[in-house]
Amino acid sequence: MRLIAENLGGERGGELLFSGLHFAVSSGEALMVTGPNGSGKSTLLRIIAGLLVQAEGMLRLEGAPAAFEGLTAAAHYLGHLNAMKPVLSVGENLHFWQSFNGQGQYSIAEALDYVSLGEIGHLPFGYLSTGQKRRVSIARLLVSDRPVWLLDEPTAGLDKASETQFTGLMRGHLTSGGIIVAATHLPLGLEGSKELALGAAA
Amino acid sequence: MGALFLRDVRLGLRAGGGALVGILFFLAVIAVVPFGVGPDLKLLSRIGAAMLWIGALLATLLGLDRLFQADRDDGSLDLLIMASDRHMLPLTILIKCLAHWTVSVLPLVIASPLLGLFMNMEAAAIGATALTLLVGTPAITLIGAVGAAVAVSLPRGGLLVSVIILPLTIPVLIFGVSASYGAVEDPAPFLAPFLILAAITLFFAVLGPIAAAAALRSSAD
Repeated sequence: MRLIAENLGGERGGELLFSGLHFAVSSGEALMVTGPNGSGKSTLLRIIAGLLVQAEGMLRLEGAPAAFEGLTAAAHYLGHLNAMKPVLSVGENLHFWQSFNGQGQYSIAEALDYVSLGEIGHLPFGYLSTGQKRRVSIARLLVSDRPVWLLDEPTAGLDKASETQFTGLMRGHLTSGGIIVAATHLPLGLEGSKELALGAAA
Repeated sequence: MGALFLRDVRLGLRAGGGALVGILFFLAVIAVVPFGVGPDLKLLSRIGAAMLWIGALLATLLGLDRLFQADRDDGSLDLLIMASDRHMLPLTILIKCLAHWTVSVLPLVIASPLLGLFMNMEAAAIGATALTLLVGTPAITLIGAVGAAVAVSLPRGGLLVSVIILPLTIPVLIFGVSASYGAVEDPAPFLAPFLILAAITLFFAVLGPIAAAAALRSSAD
């Protein structure tokens, strides 16, 4: 499986943020997108996720598993927002995304254990701290299977221990043949990952 | 899809869901009409069906702007759009509309016979009005979905949504009220306007979600 971008360009509000991007990420590889604020990291991720249309160029996923038809269908997107309802409990939120996106290899209880939140599945999501909310959001990546993970500042709000734990999760995903594209300012601790530096904003 | 329906129903019923606002508004509108119109029982029973329909229409419009905005605010909308290969986006929207209707509009239909008594309506008129509301109000929600999708990125799009979709809801109101009158006033037909009302609902059940899906896709930024 390979995620390939050719001559990719993205714009926001009519202004070209980046253009002529070339990269290819194969199974088991991670691509770190770095760059200053406003350089188009989030825009790039949203283009890969299919939420924005690219200004120019080509983007495709080759050799995806048969269950996933296109790039969008094969991708998990973890954006700045957690996509959880504050009045529903953590368990209910995860249960909804699991039934909506399809049963993955982990159950909800297992996914919560992986992010060390096994005890609080019954609490309303709104009661959690910022870091705990982020960890629930990470657990969402585990309850449904997607080969491509698009992570936008995934470790925002996480403490040191949770960061290490999340690195472990990402490593596991790569070992099982997944692809990770992450926009980040902080090193995520993945050895051998490729780096894509986006230029400064005009 | 069942999970989405359940989630939205739960959200509507839990604190801050706003399901009660519509019915309280409906109650308030109908309760003040007799004070405004005066104690003329004959007049009240004549305008009863129309007042119930207008009240229900406005109450239905109330919560519509939050239909997609809540999902957009917490990022769920992105994921719903991304899942469109698994679940067709128009179908997702149809389910959201059904859940919204079940939580915030169905209670209005259920309460309408009681409020019909306030308006001194006869039993046949009350029954006909409740039935036409049951068949007609889904159309208002489905039309409203289009407005809600267009205005989803506006922080205070509430009134705008109502203004955008109000002209489109007028046929629903006209045929709903004329079917209700048809049930009690002799020369007027009941079945013809009632069937047109049902047709409008079915028509918008198809067109509304498709239009709303197109609007939502282009609103992503």
